[in-house]
Amino acid sequence: MPGFKKKGSQTVVFEKAPVITSWASIVGPKEGEGPWGQEFDSVLGDYMFGEDSWEKAEKKMLREAVKLSLDKRNLQVDDAEIILAGDLLNQTVSSNYAARELARPFLGLYGACSTMAEALLVGSMLIDGNFFSRLVSATCSHHYAASRQYRFPTEQGTQPTPSTQWTATAAGAVVLEWAGVGPRITAGTIGKVIDMGQSDAADMGSAMAPAAADTLKTHLNDLERLPDYYDLIVTGDLARVGMAIAEQLFIRDGLLPKPNYSDCGVLLYDEKQDVDAGGCGCGCSAAMLCGPLLKKMQKGEINKMLLVATGALMSPTMAFQGESIPGIAHAIAIEN
Amino acid sequence: MNVDAKQMKKIEMQEYQNLVDQIKPKPDILKNSIWAFMVGGLICGFAQVLVNYLLSLGMSRIDASSAVSCIMIFLAAFFTGIGVYDELGKRAGAGSIVPITGFANAIVASAMEYKREGYIFGVGARIFSVAGPTLVFGFAVAVVVGLIKVFLSS
Repeated sequence: MPGFKKKGSQTVVFEKAPVITSWASIVGPKEGEGPWGQEFDSVLGDYMFGEDSWEKAEKKMLREAVKLSLDKRNLQVDDAEIILAGDLLNQTVSSNYAARELARPFLGLYGACSTMAEALLVGSMLIDGNFFSRLVSATCSHHYAASRQYRFPTEQGTQPTPSTQWTATAAGAVVLEWAGVGPRITAGTIGKVIDMGQSDAADMGSAMAPAAADTLKTHLNDLERLPDYYDLIVTGDLARVGMAIAEQLFIRDGLLPKPNYSDCGVLLYDEKQDVDAGGCGCGCSAAMLCGPLLKKMQKGEINKMLLVATGALMSPTMAFQGESIPGIAHAIAIEN
Repeated sequence: MNVDAKQMKKIEMQEYQNLVDQIKPKPDILKNSIWAFMVGGLICGFAQVLVNYLLSLGMSRIDASSAVSCIMIFLAAFFTGIGVYDELGKRAGAGSIVPITGFANAIVASAMEYKREGYIFGVGARIFSVAGPTLVFGFAVAVVVGLIKVFLSS
């Protein structure tokens, strides 16, 4: 029976929910100083990580995060049947070059900052579809590598606005298996690209918030769930401005009772850390998931969590050609 | 999309824009202006002190201006190199961008950033990636002004 795992319009429900058996996170110095600094596996002392460019440092972070996630479960790199990864850089170089060194079958993904959820969604479908029994989903971002690609040279004196977000220097990797001990990915909602005409490159939160609200509403409708089904609903990297807008959109969409809602971009940094609206980047939701959030699930402090990772599909080329910024959000339900 | 759906989408986007305008924090214009005024003023004031000093040594006005421009450009390049100028720029905004030091910062920052791609395709090709437009339109205006002067004086 084709399509029997699809519920409603955009949601898939896994028959045999894949298990998150291990996870690892590596973050930069600034993220290490943030409120969750103790919860990450490794905090880098500097932004170069022993390499000679930001891009190579980012690649190394991803590679090491993948290795560490397998190592924590006493597995070798060769035990991962396939690696799913993506990042923010042009041609997703960090993932491609990390995969070159890991030398495992590899599918590269791009969903901007929503990549972690995308990789977990695709990975869960591959496992529940009986194609693979063990894989790694991973993603990363690096503040300075992203900064030079999307904004200005890093040493240039430019003034941020209150809605500007700080791209996280962080990598996260998750080992997904068909059986084992750990939280399970029970369902996922594949988001639509939504564009509400926002074009301020210094305000990704406003560009992404409608996609987050749309995916969340669709997810709850498709599964006929109420927002309080989840102990925590957490969006990827809307940061303070986007989160405030998303909360208004939830009210507009009639999400009742009010969800226990937060955002990784708001959580990752302390307000005093000079990050303006908050964090962003693939690594933002990846590190929060593979650090504090999954740990809390392991301890049973959270039992049902919905991660709605958000991505601003921003391209400087298209922006200069007068196009607005499309947003996307994918949701994955993680349950104990 | 038919006309009605397009109209609906337009209204929806306008409504969303209103919501964004309502929530998005505005930059603190007063604070930013004071910073820009103070930092810009200090940079220019410092340069003026140098000019006066050189004049007092007996240098001609044209020579003194050129020498001070060189000194200011050197200082901006130096502070960009040790990673201070961008921290200043975060607070001062236009105050540190508009003076000649801001121009030097844009060029040196690009040179530093793209050095990793080599001296030809990195530094050479991209050193003016930020400052380039200023040069292009500066030259263009200079040509136009020059032509006007030629016609007026003939």
